[in-house]
Amino acid sequence: MPKVLSHPDISRRNGRFSERGVLIVLFLCCAASVLVTVGIVAVLAGETIRFFSKVSVVGFFTGTRWAPVGGRVETGDFGVLPLINGSLMIAFGSLLIGLPLGLVTAVYLSEYARPRMRRILKPTLEVLAGFPTVVVGFFALNFVTPHLLRPIFGDDRVFIFNAAAGAIAVGLMILPLIASISEDAMRAVPQSLREGALAMGAGKRQVTLRVVMPAALSGIVASVILAVSRAVGETMAVTIAAGNTPRITTNFFGSIQTLTAYIAQTVSGEAAAGTTRYQSLFAVGSTLFVMTLVMNLVSVRLVRRYRQVPL
Amino acid sequence: MTGLAADVGSAPGALRRGSTRSATSIFLDAAFSGLLLIGTFLGVLAIGLLIWTVYDRGWARLSADPGAFIGNFVSRFPARAGIKAALHGSVWLMGLTALFSLPTAVGAAIYLEEFAPRNRLTNLIEANIANQAEDPIYHYGILGLGVFVRFFKMGPSLLAGGLTLAIMSLPVIVIACREAIRAVPGSIRDGAFALGSTKWQTVRRLVLPAALPGTMTGVILALSRAIGETAPLLVIGAAVSIFNTPNDIRDPFSALPVLIFNWTSRPNPAFGDAAAAASIVLLAMLFAMNAVAIFLRNRFATRW
Repeated sequence: MPKVLSHPDISRRNGRFSERGVLIVLFLCCAASVLVTVGIVAVLAGETIRFFSKVSVVGFFTGTRWAPVGGRVETGDFGVLPLINGSLMIAFGSLLIGLPLGLVTAVYLSEYARPRMRRILKPTLEVLAGFPTVVVGFFALNFVTPHLLRPIFGDDRVFIFNAAAGAIAVGLMILPLIASISEDAMRAVPQSLREGALAMGAGKRQVTLRVVMPAALSGIVASVILAVSRAVGETMAVTIAAGNTPRITTNFFGSIQTLTAYIAQTVSGEAAAGTTRYQSLFAVGSTLFVMTLVMNLVSVRLVRRYRQVPL
Repeated sequence: MTGLAADVGSAPGALRRGSTRSATSIFLDAAFSGLLLIGTFLGVLAIGLLIWTVYDRGWARLSADPGAFIGNFVSRFPARAGIKAALHGSVWLMGLTALFSLPTAVGAAIYLEEFAPRNRLTNLIEANIANQAEDPIYHYGILGLGVFVRFFKMGPSLLAGGLTLAIMSLPVIVIACREAIRAVPGSIRDGAFALGSTKWQTVRRLVLPAALPGTMTGVILALSRAIGETAPLLVIGAAVSIFNTPNDIRDPFSALPVLIFNWTSRPNPAFGDAAAAASIVLLAMLFAMNAVAIFLRNRFATRW
């Protein structure tokens, strides 16, 4: 606030002036956050367009070979399907782990756990959500593969870098996400619905499975979509544990490469600006951007719906 | 849960007169709650295994000579490698991130909670922030690479890293700060207006101080997430082989998670041990920050 004008007699006018100034500054703070989104889209779009001036769009989305180096001499082979295949495998595998465990945790916390248990368990699971992703990747590479997967499925079948370890690591990361959003949705189910069902003679299991879960379904679905979008966007654990071999496969015990792992791997190898390889980062980023944006928008819709349940 | 619900659910059906529940149903009830308990504790077990793995691999390496590990620069000999540059880099990044994100986030939160008119623009901004909180992390790396590193020619510097992480933390802090502001009761504002305060005076002298603990909790949690993040720093080009600590925001930098990633990816298992030891340092920092956040929340949270 300008001090010159702050005499009480003219403070009214001054007040109005500085109020306006403050308002503008505060609005600019908001605008900065919108600028970030604009910036992300602009950077992605700009380099992606440059990429597609060299590589055909159809070839990119239908090609089954991803070999930025050592492919065709001019541009390399840029068929994104192997990377999408890798990302979908991780998303599917991590859901296989994270969905049942997350849902079970949500039901337990919302319907069964005593308040004291809840107070201990919730922060514990939040710890899992806050773990640095590199450390989870380290865990996948140094525990999940050698001490869990290999003893069960055999050393010769399970490669050191394999999709299953990456999927388990990502599954652990999405578990708290599914648990906390689903739990919120279940707790938002009005108590009167539960009491009504109990009064009709339903047991607790029936109330949970037939009343609470159906009523909270949109929230649960939203949490799953958000989890898939998180799994597809997860970078470090899959880069460390799932390998860097882009290929179309369904073998969870072999090495794969996801869209995100390609970005992490290429950048740590310093692709020179302006090359097709550098621009391919942004094309892959755009592909991911569209995939996750669609999922996020759908889930935000669903979350808004379950929030309208009166308490 | 109400006591009523618990009673009806857990009482053995056979003891209740006129009960229609069969033995199968009772068995299923028990099996169901057993399943819930086991499933929940599998998650907890995973956390335990995670921490144990890191401790098991890294503690011997760290405790052998903690001074050297923290005070040495990286080396191609795993036994001599240390985390000095990465640790300094992470601390610098944390400071820069807070410096850039805190004022902007608080400003945005105040605007949205106290000043914003209900119109389409406001809705757009709100949707944008909500969406950003769910954005994949590497987006920020790509933005940082395209805008800060290349367009503004900052290079892979601390400044570019701090800005990238600040942008990543922004939505999280905005959301925390908004919740803290919303928790300040309207009567406080009405009282201030009745005494002739302007809107900004009310916000600055009453609402903001009351919302401070909640905001700080959010800030610390966002920062602890930011310094544990690898992908954006990798994308903008954080280095590993750095043999001096940064003096200037234009200097190239290393960071703990980037170093952990590099060491984890090397075939020599001795580097794996070093990665685990560095992970212990990183986790200790994160836990300390979280503890401070919880302390702030419990100690200074205003109850109205």
